[in-house]
Amino acid sequence: MINLFTEPLDAFCGGFFLLTAIGIVSTRQILACLRLFVIQALLLVAAALLIGVKLSSGDLVAVAVITFVTKVVAIPWVLKLSAGSEIYAQREIDQVLNIPLALLISAALVLFSYFVATPMVTAVGQPFTDINLPIGLAGLVLGAFTVTVRREAMAQLIGLLVMENGVFFASISIVPHLPVIAEISAAIDVPVMSLIIGLLIRRIHKRTGSTVVSELATLRED
Amino acid sequence: MLAAVLILPLLAALLVLLPIGHRGRWPALVTVLTNAILLALALAIAAHVLYAGAFHEWNRSLSIDAFGALLLLLVTFLGFTTAIFSWGYIVERRVGATRTDKVRLYYTLYHLFILSMVAVPLIAHVALVWIAVEMTTLMSAFLVAYEDTPASLEAAWKYVVLTSMGAILGLLGVLILYWATRVAGDVPFTWAGLVTGAPHMPKTLLWTGFLLILVGFGTKVGLVPLHTWLPDAHSQAPSPVCALLSGVETSTALFVILRLFPVLQAAPLVADPRPWFIAIGLVSVGAAAFLLLQIRDYKRMFAFSTVEHMGIIMVAVGLGGMPAHLAAMYQLTAHALTKSFCFFAAGTTLAATGTQEVGAVHGLIHRAPLAGTALLLGGLAIAGAPPFVVFISEFSIFRAGLANGQYLSIALLALFVAVAFCALTFHINRIVFGRAEDSPVHAIPKPCLAALVIAAIPMLILGLYLPGPLAALFRAAAATLGH
Repeated sequence: MINLFTEPLDAFCGGFFLLTAIGIVSTRQILACLRLFVIQALLLVAAALLIGVKLSSGDLVAVAVITFVTKVVAIPWVLKLSAGSEIYAQREIDQVLNIPLALLISAALVLFSYFVATPMVTAVGQPFTDINLPIGLAGLVLGAFTVTVRREAMAQLIGLLVMENGVFFASISIVPHLPVIAEISAAIDVPVMSLIIGLLIRRIHKRTGSTVVSELATLRED
Repeated sequence: MLAAVLILPLLAALLVLLPIGHRGRWPALVTVLTNAILLALALAIAAHVLYAGAFHEWNRSLSIDAFGALLLLLVTFLGFTTAIFSWGYIVERRVGATRTDKVRLYYTLYHLFILSMVAVPLIAHVALVWIAVEMTTLMSAFLVAYEDTPASLEAAWKYVVLTSMGAILGLLGVLILYWATRVAGDVPFTWAGLVTGAPHMPKTLLWTGFLLILVGFGTKVGLVPLHTWLPDAHSQAPSPVCALLSGVETSTALFVILRLFPVLQAAPLVADPRPWFIAIGLVSVGAAAFLLLQIRDYKRMFAFSTVEHMGIIMVAVGLGGMPAHLAAMYQLTAHALTKSFCFFAAGTTLAATGTQEVGAVHGLIHRAPLAGTALLLGGLAIAGAPPFVVFISEFSIFRAGLANGQYLSIALLALFVAVAFCALTFHINRIVFGRAEDSPVHAIPKPCLAALVIAAIPMLILGLYLPGPLAALFRAAAATLGH
């Protein structure tokens, strides 16, 4: 039963994964961005479980568990703890690009990701890579786009986390048997990154009274 | 022996937190001793690699060859000299902190930063090397922000966000290379395994993986146009941290990129990587040379010089052939040794005068003769004046390129290096000489002077004479870059 529907279900997860990434680009409320990120992480967990069962890969089941623990449970908690709930609840007043333009560019970036992924998919022809590699790559690029166009520190951090999710969404199909030690270390890396950046956001808030990091621009060439 | 190099800094990171001693002398002492032991271990490992070849530990999960041993030697040497300099700058001069617990935190992060850097050449599995490189950023973020000024927080923010973006791109590159090793058969995912497996890898995977790693880790190396964070972080961090960031942190990220050079050369169907390395290197050297002309901050000047030198190493590797690769290893070593000295000199100048602005300091040699002499020596050495080591290493790059017949590349490189030389000596001249003002200068802590003296020794000696074992290590390291 599950075998028959694995591929369409994975594609379903992938589609929604992409939508959450685009949602994060265009959502102003920081808390809403974080909720979208958690949903995205859950979709990643679901896709890892699906592919893990289909390929009977214990490593992928471990990835699903680790992703759930770090991204769904630990990261929202770490962020609240490090950056403080006050920063958390902020709303971005203005963005570098208006939302329709940002969405248009996002669409172009998704097309670009398919363009980059296709030669690799056809060169190897491994199951699921035709779904997961382009969508993972799109997640990576959309996350990078989020970091560049958002002014708010927390939104930039969420952009980094979306990039990381994208890489993992691709990795569950391209390297389903990555050693668990690498998975665990990568999994530790993500909360550590969130913790360090969260603490830095708190320091910036305390020192400058703002978390609009795009306004930090005293260091430049003149 | 390899495991000890990882365990020691971890222990020291905890040990420095003990509330012993007065005004932070205990963590300073622990740090100097730990890093002296690490340096001794690195020397022993290098000797072992030199006479018995690459070796492994812990069921082959730790492994080191000549290139790794050279990098380990540089990291531990700078770790040692910087530990001494920190004693003067952070503990005695009290830059950035009045409370001793903040000083302890500095030292904990110092050890974790050293740990992440020594892990890069030691870890065998490439996916774990990626984590070590990412940790070098995360562990040093709060060292960059140590002085807690708005400018240093801004620098730390750009540093962490941009290099983490790069690292995540690099992660996809690493995973694609891992995919390629699976497709190529059951080759281990180590640097050596990648070279042996390269001929059987699909070329799109190899090339895409390489490009992602080049862009991702190139951000951390500071290759133009991905360098924008580097002058900020390397000028706003406390000077001892700058010495580590510029001297070896950039080199550890460059290590990963250079490791892929022989992999690409081993794959016959993939495009030749040499023109790419030369072009990317020349862009960095050229841009940095012209940006050097307009700087107003002398720490920023040394930061741009780091971008220049990373570019020079890329060019040297791209020239190809044993003499050029040998020169690249020479240049990597010369840069690490000289740049750390430069940042110690800059830190001493800053401690004496209280300003980083080039235009605000005149006649330093009259006002603070020791700081002035150090800055003059450092400036001349990093610009590539004889008889310092950078002169010899740059000269050997030019000679190797001319012998290969790559006249255009060498002409451009020589032009950019000459521009950088003029810019550096012009700015240094303005600071060191000229009419001295009467504004008071602060005394220079003794450990800072000790660090300057120790750091100056190899910078001077290696320019005049290269000891046999070190030359052999350079040759063995150059051989890992392929034919």
